[in-house]
Amino acid sequence: MSVRLILLLSHALFALGVYGVLTRRHAIGLLLSIELILNAAALNFVLFSRAFGHVEAQAFALFIIALAACEAVVGLAIVIGLARHAHTVFADQVDLLKG
Amino acid sequence: MTFALLLLAAMVLAGAVWVVTLRNLFRAALSLGVVLLGVAGLFLLLEAEFLAFVQILIYVGAILTLVVFAIMLTARLQGTPGTAASPASRQRVGGALAALALFAVLAGATQPLLWPEAPPAGAVPLAALGQQLVTRLILPFEVISLVFVAAIVGAIAIASGPPGGARPR
Repeated sequence: MSVRLILLLSHALFALGVYGVLTRRHAIGLLLSIELILNAAALNFVLFSRAFGHVEAQAFALFIIALAACEAVVGLAIVIGLARHAHTVFADQVDLLKG
Repeated sequence: MTFALLLLAAMVLAGAVWVVTLRNLFRAALSLGVVLLGVAGLFLLLEAEFLAFVQILIYVGAILTLVVFAIMLTARLQGTPGTAASPASRQRVGGALAALALFAVLAGATQPLLWPEAPPAGAVPLAALGQQLVTRLILPFEVISLVFVAAIVGAIAIASGPPGGARPR
């Protein structure tokens, strides 16, 4: 089992997620990129749980998955609210709070 | 084992690149499904069968379905790719540079470290995980359920229309 290889993979997943957050303009695209980042973290936790024999690491991976579900639900609700009130889904066109 | 690992790694990486680069958001969401299935396969390789099952059930089964629903609900506002209504993504070069720098820093930080060459013989048993969740980790476990309730109530409050049902368009 190659810890280093899977670590590199999770780093790549994280970096790709950051790239998506920086470049995506569609709000749902941002959410998808955040899911990538959260998955990279969960992958790390499971990898360390296997490498060091820790039970807690798996529990925290479970918490990450649960929190990702919450984040997706609230994020998508905000997107639908945005589409209703601001009539846009692009994150940089939302200026409801601008005076 | 190594072959399966490389195959899953290629699947995850290709899917992740598609998620952040595809202009069609629906296809990006489907590529996210590929990534999530690949990560679930990696969980299986790491002998975390329960987490692999949870990953498929919650991510692919629930979150991805929600995302697809949201994409279809807001499709009217997206515009067709390539037109003025759907502008290109911003700051591609800067974003790529920042992501590459982040990857380099992370890899430079973790690759020189000494990792245990031989992992512990037995994988973490599911019974131990369940026992930890209701004894030592009971507080975060219960907080998660509170967060779930808050998220559900908040999502319904945000996404539902104004009271009365009739909304001005």
